[in-house]
Amino acid sequence: MEHFFSLLVRSIFVDNMIFAFFLGMCSYLAVSKNVKTAIGLGVAVTFVLVITVPVDYLLQTKVLSENGIFHQDLTYLAFILFIAVIAGITQLVEMVVEKFSPSLYAALGIFLPLIAVNCAIMGASLFMQQRISMNPATSTQAIGSIWDSISYALGSGIGWMFAIVSLAAIREKMAYTDVPKPLQGLGITFITVGLMAMAFMCFSGLKL
Amino acid sequence: MSKLFSKENKEVFTSPLNINNPIAVQVLGICSSLAVTSQLEPAIVMGLSVTIITAFSNVIISLIRKTIPNRIRIIIQLVVVAALVTIVSMILKAFAYDVSVQLSVYVGLIITNCILMGRLEAFAMMNGPWESFLDGIGNGLGYAFVLVVVGAVREVFGSGSIMGIQLIPNGFYSAGYMNNGMMTMPAMALILLGCFIWAHRAYNEKREAKK
Repeated sequence: MEHFFSLLVRSIFVDNMIFAFFLGMCSYLAVSKNVKTAIGLGVAVTFVLVITVPVDYLLQTKVLSENGIFHQDLTYLAFILFIAVIAGITQLVEMVVEKFSPSLYAALGIFLPLIAVNCAIMGASLFMQQRISMNPATSTQAIGSIWDSISYALGSGIGWMFAIVSLAAIREKMAYTDVPKPLQGLGITFITVGLMAMAFMCFSGLKL
Repeated sequence: MSKLFSKENKEVFTSPLNINNPIAVQVLGICSSLAVTSQLEPAIVMGLSVTIITAFSNVIISLIRKTIPNRIRIIIQLVVVAALVTIVSMILKAFAYDVSVQLSVYVGLIITNCILMGRLEAFAMMNGPWESFLDGIGNGLGYAFVLVVVGAVREVFGSGSIMGIQLIPNGFYSAGYMNNGMMTMPAMALILLGCFIWAHRAYNEKREAKK
């Protein structure tokens, strides 16, 4: 139980998907102009993460590894299988959102299907693949069971949502400031995210 | 031969190198460009890998573009790219093991690199194989250029070396010079990229003004 919460808190603050690993930047930069759409996208990404990472964990341990049902090392198929699972589940989420919240569907537009190619989701699955081989007794980052993978996915999603909403809030205010012309738009956004990443580095001393 | 390198084809190849640079202008492929540039060698290997994968996936999708059903278009593109990335990742593990360990997850993340999907959707689905190949190489090299610049700055100021060769003489260190530790941190990469975009835009605006 303790490992569940420690993984959760670590993946929100210390191993933050955006500030520590820069995953999911493209849609992050494009959607962060408005706080409401940022929240909507953050929730959608978290939802896709919480479903795909445990499914990929099961695939990795029960099907692709040597102890799985095929008794052969099939890890070279991991990339193709993971991305197929992610694309399928994103399609499912798109259909659910279209049915239950048409306004959110219209607001997110093209970015909902683009969650399939969001580096954060593929990255979480690939990091999870790395962490399975870590020893839970010695490393706080290890993923030893499906509950650990759920906690890691939830934490990564919440961390990503936190990052995108805070950047959206800052950008809304920056619309009224005096930025030099070549730096406007993208340049100043990068420098802002860099400063936020520096601030998040203070969490790396957390002992959980 | 002149048709292969006609004016339009040359422009397809050269525009992503400067005016339509994937990172600075199209804002694609940011994720990996920030993470692998703490040293120059992984940056070069990453740039080359992305160039090769973009070029060949562009060619393959361009060859089968008329037969792909519209509804499963994205999944087919993703599977083609995933297969190519699997091959490249295995080649890297076999021939450049140290670099592949440094790159770790980011080789797999080339699959979700926005440059690939962006060029497949915007160019390869509508143009022939040779033009798509040129477009892939052009975008890959534009991306590699930004990676090499950021990687070189970060390595020179962050570790005082280039490709592992010590650049700053020991005399400087004993005189009080210290490596800028911030340069090896992720946060600095973002700020450097912002400055690169600033310089790139200012340079291009001056060229436009001169014309």
